[in-house]
Amino acid sequence: MKRALVLGTLAVACAAAAQTPDPTAAEFDKFREIMEQDNPAELFEVKGEDLWKTPRGPKNASLEKCDLGLGPGVVKGAYAQLPRYFADIDRVMDAEARIVHCMITLQGFTQAELAKAPFSSLVRTPEPVSIVTYVAAQSRGMKFASPQNHVKERAAYETGKAIFFYRAGAFDFSCASCHGVDDKRIRTQPLPNFTKPEQAIRAVQGWPGYRMTGGVMHSLQWRLNDCYRQQRFPEPGYASETLSALLTYVTVNANGHVYRGPGIKR
Amino acid sequence: MKLASAGLLAVAAALIASCATPQRDYQPDALAMMKRDFHARGSAGMDRLNQDSVQAACNKYKDEPPQGVADKLQKEQLAAIKWPADGKLLGDWKAGEKIAQNGRGMAWNDKGGDGGSCYNCHQVGPRESSFGTVGPSLYQFAKKRGYGADIQRYAYGKIYNAKAYNLCSQMPRMGHVGALTEQQMKDLTALLMDPASPVNQ
Repeated sequence: MKRALVLGTLAVACAAAAQTPDPTAAEFDKFREIMEQDNPAELFEVKGEDLWKTPRGPKNASLEKCDLGLGPGVVKGAYAQLPRYFADIDRVMDAEARIVHCMITLQGFTQAELAKAPFSSLVRTPEPVSIVTYVAAQSRGMKFASPQNHVKERAAYETGKAIFFYRAGAFDFSCASCHGVDDKRIRTQPLPNFTKPEQAIRAVQGWPGYRMTGGVMHSLQWRLNDCYRQQRFPEPGYASETLSALLTYVTVNANGHVYRGPGIKR
Repeated sequence: MKLASAGLLAVAAALIASCATPQRDYQPDALAMMKRDFHARGSAGMDRLNQDSVQAACNKYKDEPPQGVADKLQKEQLAAIKWPADGKLLGDWKAGEKIAQNGRGMAWNDKGGDGGSCYNCHQVGPRESSFGTVGPSLYQFAKKRGYGADIQRYAYGKIYNAKAYNLCSQMPRMGHVGALTEQQMKDLTALLMDPASPVNQ
C-alpha cells in the first residue's frame, strides 16, 4: 500500500516535471507576443512590396508577373502553399528560391550576384529577404498547405527526409541530432522535434523573422545555412534544391497549422 | 531454358522484395543532391559529406545497428584510441571547465578544434545553469561511479571516441576527429574525475 502510494506520488511528480514549461522559453514567448504587436519585420514587408512592384534589373521589369504557384502575380496565400513543383523549371522550389528564380528570369539578375552575399547584416538587407517577407505576410492567418500531388513533390519530401536524417561531418551530426527527439535543449534553447506535425510547425513559424540577436531580418535560407554551420558540414548553396527538399519535408509535416506571418526571433 | 527460368525466378523474387518494401531508399538521391549543392567553406571540406564506417552503419540502420555490426565497429573504434603515452589521464580540472564551456571548433570559421562544447548537451559543473539536455547529466560523475582507474579510462575513452562504447551515440568523437588535443581531453577527464572538481562536490 505504502509502496503504491510512493509510486503514485512519483508518477504525478514526473508528469508535473515533464509538463513544466521551460521558464526561459516561457518568458521569451511572452516577450515575443508583445514585440510582435509592433514587429520591425513590417518595415521589411513594406520595402519588399516596393521591390516587388517596381521595375528593376537589366530587363527593367517588376515581379508582378512572377508565378509563385497560384498564377502569375498572385501573392495572396502563395507562401503558405510553398514549397511546390514548378513545371517551367521542372523542380520543387521554396518561396525564396522561387523569388530568386523570378528575379533572374523576369528582371535579368544572375544567380551568382544574388548568391554572393544572400544574408542580412547590420548595414545591408538583401533584396530577396525583404521580398520574401512581403510575400510571406500575404499568407498571414492561413494554413500551411504545401502540396504533395506531383510525383516530384513527393520525391522532394522523401529526399528532404533522407537529408534530414543523414549523419556525417566532423561531429557525426544530422538535422535529427537536434530536431529528431522530444523535449531536449542545447544550452537553454529548446529543440522542437520536426518529425512530429505538432512540433514541425516551429520550423517554419515566425520565419522570415526579425532576429533580436544582431537586429536583422532573416529568412529560412539563413536559418538552414546556420544549422549546417553548426552541424559542421560544408556550406549548402543558397536557394539550392537541397534546401527546398528540406523545407518540403518540414513544411509538409507542418501542413494544416496556421501561419502567423513574419515574426520575431531571439 | 533452365537459365531462363532461374532468371524469371530472380525477377519474381525482386518483385516480391520490392512489394515488401514499398518505400525505396532515398539516401543515394539525398547524397547526390547534397554533393551537387554544397561547397567547401573554411575548415569544412566537401569530404565531410562522405560517411565513414560508423556513420554509414548508423545511417543504414537508423541508429539501431544489429548487435554484430555494432560490436565489430565499436571494437575497431576502441582499438583506434590513442591513449596518453605517459599513462596519466587526469589533467587540470580548472582548464577542463573552460574547455567544457567553449562551444567553438570544427565549424567554417574555426581553424580546427577549440572547445569541447560539453555544456551544449550536458549538465556538468553545479554553477552553470545554462546547460543542454541532449546528453545525460555528468554532475557528480565520479562521486556516483567511483574514482578508480577503470572509470578514469572510461571517461577519457568516451571523450576521445564515444562511438567506441555506443556505436550510434549522438556525441561527437572529440579525439578521433582531432577536435580536442590529448592535453584538453586530460583536462576534461580531470573535470569529471578529480575529487576536488566542482563536478564531484
